[in-house]
Amino acid sequence: METVIGLFNYWIVIVLMMAGFYIVIAQENMIKKMVGLSIFQVAVFVFYISMSNVFGGTAPIAAEGFTRYSNPLPHVLILTAIVVGVATTALGLALIVRIKEEFGTIEDDQIRDMEEHGEESGA
Amino acid sequence: MTPETLSQLAIAVPLIGSVFILLAGKWPNLRETVTLTTAVIMFVTVASITPAVLAGARPDVVLWEILPGLAIRLTIEPLGMLFGLVSSGLWIINSVYSIGYMRGNREAHQTRFYFFFAIALASAAGVAFSGNMLTLFIFYEILTLSTYPLVTHHGDPATMRSGRTYVGILLSTSIGLLLFGMIWTWHLTGTLDFKQGGILEGKVEGIMVAVLLALYMFGIGKAALMPVHRWLPAAMVAPTPVSALLHAVAVVKAGVFTVLKVVVYIFGYEFLAETSASDWLMIAAAGTLLFSSIVAMRKDNLKARLAYSTVSQLSYIVLGAALATAAGIVGGGMHLAMHAMGKITLFFCAGAIYTAAHKTEISQLNGIGRTMPITMGAFAVASLSIIGIPPLGGTWSKFHLMMGAAEADQIIYVAVFMLSSLLSAAYLIPVVTRAFLRPPDAKSAGAAATAEGGIREAPLPCLIAICATAAGAFALFFYAGDIAQLLEPITAN
Amino acid sequence: MISANLPILHVIVPLIGAPLGLMFRRSPTGAWLLALIISWFTLADSLALLLIVSGGEAVSYEIGDWAAPWGIEYRVDMLAAYLIVIVSGIGAVTMLYARQSVEAEIPRDRIYLFYTMYLLTLSGLLGIATTGDTFNLFVFLEISSLSTYVMVSLGAERRALTAAFRYLVLGTLGATFYVIGVGLMYQMTGTLNMADLVNRLPEVAETRTILAAVAFLTVGIGLKLGLFPVHVWLPNAYTYAPSVVTAFLAATATKVAVYVLVRIYYTLFKGGVFETLPVDEILLALSIVAIVAMSAVAIFQTNVKRLLAYSSVAQIGYMLIGISLATITGLTAGILHLFNHALMKGALFLALGCVFFRIRSVNVDDMAGLAKVMPWTMAAFVTGGLSLIGIPLTVGFVSKWYLILATLEKEWWPLAAAILFSSLLAVIYMWRVIEVAYFRERPAGAVSIGEAPLAMLVPMWVLVGANVYFGIDTDLTVGTARAAAALLMGG
Repeated sequence: METVIGLFNYWIVIVLMMAGFYIVIAQENMIKKMVGLSIFQVAVFVFYISMSNVFGGTAPIAAEGFTRYSNPLPHVLILTAIVVGVATTALGLALIVRIKEEFGTIEDDQIRDMEEHGEESGA
Repeated sequence: MTPETLSQLAIAVPLIGSVFILLAGKWPNLRETVTLTTAVIMFVTVASITPAVLAGARPDVVLWEILPGLAIRLTIEPLGMLFGLVSSGLWIINSVYSIGYMRGNREAHQTRFYFFFAIALASAAGVAFSGNMLTLFIFYEILTLSTYPLVTHHGDPATMRSGRTYVGILLSTSIGLLLFGMIWTWHLTGTLDFKQGGILEGKVEGIMVAVLLALYMFGIGKAALMPVHRWLPAAMVAPTPVSALLHAVAVVKAGVFTVLKVVVYIFGYEFLAETSASDWLMIAAAGTLLFSSIVAMRKDNLKARLAYSTVSQLSYIVLGAALATAAGIVGGGMHLAMHAMGKITLFFCAGAIYTAAHKTEISQLNGIGRTMPITMGAFAVASLSIIGIPPLGGTWSKFHLMMGAAEADQIIYVAVFMLSSLLSAAYLIPVVTRAFLRPPDAKSAGAAATAEGGIREAPLPCLIAICATAAGAFALFFYAGDIAQLLEPITAN
Repeated sequence: MISANLPILHVIVPLIGAPLGLMFRRSPTGAWLLALIISWFTLADSLALLLIVSGGEAVSYEIGDWAAPWGIEYRVDMLAAYLIVIVSGIGAVTMLYARQSVEAEIPRDRIYLFYTMYLLTLSGLLGIATTGDTFNLFVFLEISSLSTYVMVSLGAERRALTAAFRYLVLGTLGATFYVIGVGLMYQMTGTLNMADLVNRLPEVAETRTILAAVAFLTVGIGLKLGLFPVHVWLPNAYTYAPSVVTAFLAATATKVAVYVLVRIYYTLFKGGVFETLPVDEILLALSIVAIVAMSAVAIFQTNVKRLLAYSSVAQIGYMLIGISLATITGLTAGILHLFNHALMKGALFLALGCVFFRIRSVNVDDMAGLAKVMPWTMAAFVTGGLSLIGIPLTVGFVSKWYLILATLEKEWWPLAAAILFSSLLAVIYMWRVIEVAYFRERPAGAVSIGEAPLAMLVPMWVLVGANVYFGIDTDLTVGTARAAAALLMGG
């Protein structure tokens, strides 16, 4: 019981992570792949944030009457990581737009078919 | 100049010459003059080191340290001296021959031909004078690569395939096995220098000695020990001067020379004798020797027959080294020179026949001795030298090799040498008898007569070269003692 | 003043230069000049750093004067200096080469974007090698990766887009795995600073959290460096990226990832991971498969860029073998091959760039007879190929020498045999191309073409020359690699 409830945040992280990972692998639709990738990244954000929590601590803002704070560093790190994540998603989506323009589809299996039987020289 | 400087010069001269050959590419006469001059200068350079080496000097120079403790190093010892003399001396004659052959056959890309030839000779000199295994390996590989364009000179699909065999076998044996053996040796001893008495004694024992020896022996693909001999017949697609100098002298002799160097200076022949690690090599060499003679008999193409004969003769030298006795090694070294002189003559003749009569198969040679008496006469002389009949050079090396076998108490190998002499008679003499005794083939002679106005002798430069090397085979009979004297010190301990 | 800031200038200058590149929308040449100048500046900075640290003392820099455990520390030791010299050196040479090649392959109105992205990548790669902070490393990893995806997608064929997308997905997975690993380490030690981690990790090294961290880090970086079997993004990305990008990436990006792995194993864990987790055995096994199987796959490729890409996966296997041997000689071999492989693949891909520049294709069959019309390019290709095979007097030989020596020291004969066998496969795949270029006739009716322009030939031959030079004069490469390895093993 202890391992289930006491570590519930990790369980959530793992479930999110695996869900995201599964989507990346199993989905052929590129947008869905990006969604999966984002979920995967968010799982890691949650992991960092939850690990910085100190029992009984408040948000790490200096104020009268509070002596226990959560560790602020992971928050800062995750801010950075979120920025990276946003950039990745934006770039991924931009690529998908261009792929749609060029191939007329964003289904990975269809594109692979086109590539394999296509006229492209590098096949 | 000191012998040290001369040893560097011997390698530098053909390299510099190659640049001038490229520059003179547009003027064939000038280009050939450059080649000849380079060859002469190189030979003079090499020859002028000889007195010092005969007197016991061992010129040694460290050029450049590539890896810590591993340098490009030149050391001249008697074996290398001999190899250097043979290859540079024959280059002069071969250049004369090349002029006749290449012009006679109107070959294309002659500048490229002479250029890579000079590079190949420079690397042969590098192999001869290398002072450690690494230097030898470097020049060995350059020799492979610089002869590749010569082998594939004609550039058609057939030569491309042969070129693939050539470079494939030579590179894969050297990288796959020889390099492995070298690094292993380095790991065991911390040095790769050639040292009198060897460097491996006491560092490795038991079956591993034989394994290491196998890595070297099969790694030196240029020694053409079966089953890594296939590149040599494949190389016969090259123009004949290439076959003559490189695939009867420089390249293959670089192989057996390396074998001798490894046996004498890396393992130490006494160490091999004690451990009996070379017993398998005797069997392998004897097998190659006999088997390739039999293959040679079955070849109708003259150059292919000569190629298999070379495979067989190379194994004489390997066997001499494997016997691990003083006489065997001196005999192997002598055979290096004797066979070079004989075999280059035979190839010259084959090329002359091709140039004059456009014949490549032995069965077409009926009666050709009547129209080409000089060529076929020289062929007969060289054949006798290869077989080992006095008064020709080949006699002495075979004598020493048999002495070596006797010294090692391996009487069976004395028998092998004798049997093989018979076999070589069996594949060489019929060529001579066919040329002189059979009447000309009426049909082909008639056809040739109408097409080209009859068969004449080959171009003059070819004839000069042929006569020179045939005379050399004679001369060596009388100078054999000097060669033996030169080589004696390498077996001292 | 300048000398105190040396450890950061090579990261900051390209980072600042990148947005400047956006100003050259109408002037591709201006963007190129900017990238060129910055590349050469970073090279100068890197060389100065190498000179400073070659005494054995590391140089440290605290960003914004925040002291180390809290602030971000930049730290250049022998290994880092060695690596940034590789990256900035290759960058400097490829930029010299880039102008005409890029103009031929990337639409004119996007060229300024290419140079901007290149500067970002450069900054990211140099940052990875310089930073002493594990999370900062992640940021640089993503800076370089994101800009790399963009550069790959700039390739002329539409398949460049899908190649970039697939690279993005796998690359992001890899980076995220890395972050998880860092988080787990942080959880156990409370620090992100490498120097701090070194001190605190030994106490907790046996815990399951740290073991999981090592696993995550290994897989994450493995994805980035093209570790077999998670290399699947690599062949397509290399094949469809513009020639200059391929040359730059092949010579630098994977090397930097290998460097990160070395840092994790040898700096953070001081080689101790190998006792608690069999990562060395796993890496070794995967690498052996890589050097044999990927070389074999390379033989059957018709696109020469793809052929070399598979060869790269195999070559990365060599580096990893050296690293997983966990001996000084092995590590020396691995680190040495970082440098040497950068030189050979750089030269080869630049040669292919010249080929593409003239015939708009890098298929083997289209290269028939090229040696006659482009003798200098093909001669460069041959020399690079010989180096790849490991012919003496080239860098490839030196690498191979040390690698085999390292395996023999451990008396792992079959491994030495596998390495040699894979070099023989390299003979086959290089020779296939060489034969076609030298022996086949140019197809009838082919457009008559000439040699590549001098501005491309010269930088290419600089790299080719380096292949030979560092194959003969190994003082710098072997000396630095050995010193770095000794520091890593002993420190």
